[in-house]
Formats: sequence, structure tokens, C-alpha cells
Amino acid sequence: MATHDDTTPRTEDAPSGAPDPTTPMGDFHGPRRGPLHLARRIPDRVFAWLLLAPALLFLAGFTVYPAISALWSSLQEPGLGSSIGLGHYEYMVNDPVFRRSLINNLVFSLVTVPVSIAIAMAMAIMINKEIRGRGLLRLAYFTPAMLPVVAAAAIWLLFYQPNFGLINRTAEAIGLQGQNWLGSPGTVLPALMIMMIWHQAGFFMLFYLAGLQAIPPELNEASTLEGAGRWYHFRRVIFPMLMPTTLFASIVGLANSFKQVDFVFVMTSGGPNNASSLLLYYIWQSAFPQRQPDYAAAVTVVLVAILVGLALIQIRLLDRRIHYR
Amino acid sequence: MTRTTALPRLSDRVEVATAWLLGALWIAPLLYVFWAALREPAVALVFDPTTGWTFDNLVSVWNAAPFDQYYLNTVLLVTGLTTAQIVLGTLAAYALARYTFPGRDAVFVFVLVQLMIFPEILLSENFRLVSLLGLQDTIPGIGLPYLASALCIFLLRQSFKGVPSELVEAAELEGCSRLETLWKVYVPIARPTIVAFGLVSVSFHWNNFLWPLVITRSDESRPITVGIVRFLSPETGIDFTSLTAGTVIVVAPLLAVFVIAQRQFVQSFMRSGIK
Repeated sequence: MATHDDTTPRTEDAPSGAPDPTTPMGDFHGPRRGPLHLARRIPDRVFAWLLLAPALLFLAGFTVYPAISALWSSLQEPGLGSSIGLGHYEYMVNDPVFRRSLINNLVFSLVTVPVSIAIAMAMAIMINKEIRGRGLLRLAYFTPAMLPVVAAAAIWLLFYQPNFGLINRTAEAIGLQGQNWLGSPGTVLPALMIMMIWHQAGFFMLFYLAGLQAIPPELNEASTLEGAGRWYHFRRVIFPMLMPTTLFASIVGLANSFKQVDFVFVMTSGGPNNASSLLLYYIWQSAFPQRQPDYAAAVTVVLVAILVGLALIQIRLLDRRIHYR
Repeated sequence: MTRTTALPRLSDRVEVATAWLLGALWIAPLLYVFWAALREPAVALVFDPTTGWTFDNLVSVWNAAPFDQYYLNTVLLVTGLTTAQIVLGTLAAYALARYTFPGRDAVFVFVLVQLMIFPEILLSENFRLVSLLGLQDTIPGIGLPYLASALCIFLLRQSFKGVPSELVEAAELEGCSRLETLWKVYVPIARPTIVAFGLVSVSFHWNNFLWPLVITRSDESRPITVGIVRFLSPETGIDFTSLTAGTVIVVAPLLAVFVIAQRQFVQSFMRSGIK
């Protein structure tokens, strides 16, 4: 990929082929002088790097450098001395809390992302039509996504309360047994997943509304003319046309599901018995309350490895879309 | 054509009904919180709208913490950060979209990887780094790790790619320098993307919690989401009225702005090419 553009004719950049300031063309810009004039003499390639420098400096400074320093810290042998080793990783493999957090996080991602996306797609398709109260519906779907996760978590904390929570009161009213939703290891993770789906579906819906706008209207007309059923039209036209949107939404959703742990702080603190601990929450717990920064760094390395792996898959999938569109 | 008019009409109705049911489900929790926050504690859970309305909950929570300071901190943080992200992102995206230079593709792959790696993932390392710079417990310390946004660079690069080369050539023939071309040709065309990114960024950083929690200690630098958590945390036992009133205090301003501006928000989002 790195050499892709260097070998192909510069079709995408050719039209903009700026006059090289070192050729006589540059002298045509005659009357202007001063510092800007000097800046014009910088070759394009140097100029481009100057434009990139500040952004790259900050990106590298707060992701690459700390990733390397996390790797370094994670290799410090636990205990005394400054010897290098895999002690933290050995401990991690047998650490039940780490395993619990990893499994929880995977389950959490694999459920919340597809479900949110399916609901978001349905929402967008339903309100992309001319139905009464469309603006109101759009507001209703999207508003939860505007809330801070801590506020969304507080709202659902209220609903899940065993004694006065709305869910248990409703359940009891229709003769069902109430549950301590956030207090039982079996129900706590699903409870958090429902909260998260509620919170993010409206945000993905926006992506899908944008995606639906990009479908050429001729396709809808063609379907109508041929008397295609609604389900058939969805399966053969809408769904395939929305694939790039789905890809983008799943990337955003997956990334969120690994970095978004605010609700654990508000709702459960990882409990009961670590049943709702997620990777990043465990990193925070190890680094700060438990004061084991080197062990936290080791868990960080695992999380970064997962995310880089996902990013590479994503680049492979996006590659075609970006380069050959 | 066996599928005549009767069937689509029925499925239309089912669809509209589903849409409204989903809408009610999605908005109900929020309405419930506003309802409970404005009720006297004794009647908060009773559905009798004739009596029991009060502002006491909001007032007592508001007075229990320096919310004016929290709001000010949040506004300073969010405006400064979003501006910096857009400036840095515009420059970088221009370089990536406009010029061919050695290492460009490697830089672009690097930016794509950054879409997944966020500063808060590297919590303890960034904490060490920002503390080393002497910025612990300051507003710049909260913002610094986010100053360059990979998402901003990525989105702007995509929309800069769509700028017609005729316009660029015309600008250059008229003697525009490279930065003038950026400002006069590229930026106006990418305005919907910039607005959409700005809105996403503002709401993200307004709502961000974990990193500000770690890097701040005092009320002087804390943003609202961190400041409020003491009312939302279950550790002290659930105080129903503080919980709902606290939630309302956090969400009300952003929600008000959003409800007023939501049409423009959604439209600029859809025109921005984020999809």
C-alpha cells in the first residue's frame, strides 16, 4: 500500500499539478513580496510535511509514545530490581479478574454493536419516509445519544433499582418476580448492554440517514415500477447500498465498546464479583486504586494489541472504498 | 401483480406503529427523569400530575457543588479543543489530499490506525506524561492528548478529495499561495464536514468522563461530567431526588441547544459525507 501511489500515474493529483516554484513559472507571481513570497519557494513535499507536523506530533505524542512506554513498563519484573521479563504477562494469564474482564468485554462488544446497528438501520429506514411526526421521532431516537454516558447510566441505575426501580415495579404489577438486576452476576452484564444499546442506536441512525440519502432515487423508482415487495427491495437494494455505512458504524461501535466504560463507574464499579468489569475499567483499577501501574501497562498492551488488530482489519476493508472509489 | 394496494397499506401502518412504539421507548427514560427531578420526594414515583411539583431538588443539588465553575471549565475545554482539532486537522488533511510526497501513504495508514487508539486507552501512561509536563489538574491538561484528532483528519481528507481540480487550478493561476488556496477553495467546500465534525467533537468532549476524572483533582479544573458523579454514584446509597436532579443539571444545557439546533445538526451531518 505504501508504494501504491508512487508507481501509478498521478491521475488524482495531476490536474492540481501546482507549478513547481523552482521552475520559471514561479516568477509569474511577480509583485508579491515579503514572507509569503519566501514561503512559496518551499518545495511541495517539504510544505506537506510542515502541514502534517503539528498533528503528527500530537498524535504520536499521546498514542505512539505512551504505547511504547506501556510496553516498556509492562516488561519490568514485578517486585524489586530493574530486571526485564514477562512476569506481568505470566500473572495476567492466570488472573481471573483479567480473564473475566476480557470475556465480558468481548461479549459486550459482540452483542451491543450488531444489535445497535440493526435497530439504527430500522429507525433510519422508518423515518426516511414521509410519515407524520417525522421530526419528533428523529428527536426521540437521537436524544439519548446526546446524553453523557454517565447521565444515561444514572437514568438506568434508577430503573434497575431492586426496591423502587421502575422495571421491578412494572414486573410486580403484572405478577412477575422482581430481580436485583445490577446486583446479580447473571443479569448485570445484559442490563448494561441494554443501557448501551439505548444510548448509541440513535447515533448510528444518523450515519444510516446519511447513507440512505446517497441511494440514487432511480433505484427506488425501478423497484416500485417492477412491483417489488418491500422486503425484497430492502434485501436487494437498500441493504447492499448501506454496506459501507454498516462498515463505518461497526468500526465506530467496536472502538466505543472498548473505550467507553463510564457507565461501569456509575452503575456497578465492576461488580458484583467482577461480573461487569471491562478491560479499560480493569486498567484504571489496577493503575490507580490498586497502584500497580506496571501491571496496568501490561493489560494496556493487550488492549492496544486488540485495537490495532481491529484497525488493520478495518483498513483492509476500507482500502477498496478509499482508493478505488 | 398479486401484491395490490391492500397489503402495502397494512404494512405501512405496521411500520408507522413500530416507529412510534420505538420512539416512545427511546424517549420515555428521559421524560421520566425530568418528571422525577421536578417532583417532591414523597410523590416522585406517583403518577399524579396535579400536585407535588417543585424546584427544590434542582436548587439543593445546584447549591451542593460549584456548578458554575464546572460549566465554565467545560465550555473553555470544549471550545478550545474543538478549534485546535479543526485547525490541526485541516492542515494535515490538506497535505494528505493535495500533495504527493514520500511517506504519504504510510502517514495515512498511521492516521487510520489512530481511529481506534484513543488517549484514554493509554490512561496511566498519558497520566504520567501530562503530569511530567506539569499540566496535571489543569484544563489544558485535559485537552492536550486530544489536540490532534484522527477522525477530523480522516473526514476532511475525504471531503478535500472531492474538491474539483479546476477550482484549485484557477485559484493558483490567480496567484493564490498554497495556504490561500486552502482557505479560499478547500475550506468553504468542506464546511458541512467541518460543522458536523465540530458538533460531534463538542458533544464527545462535553460528555467525556474517564480521562478528565483521572487527570483532575480539584473543582477548579473539573468539567461537569466529572463534577456531577458524586451525585450519581451508588456508593453512598441511592438518593433518588439528587440522582434525577443531578442528571437534569448535566444534560439540560446541551439538550436545549440540541433540540433548538437539531434540524441543522442532522442536515449538516447528512451533507457532510459522514457515512
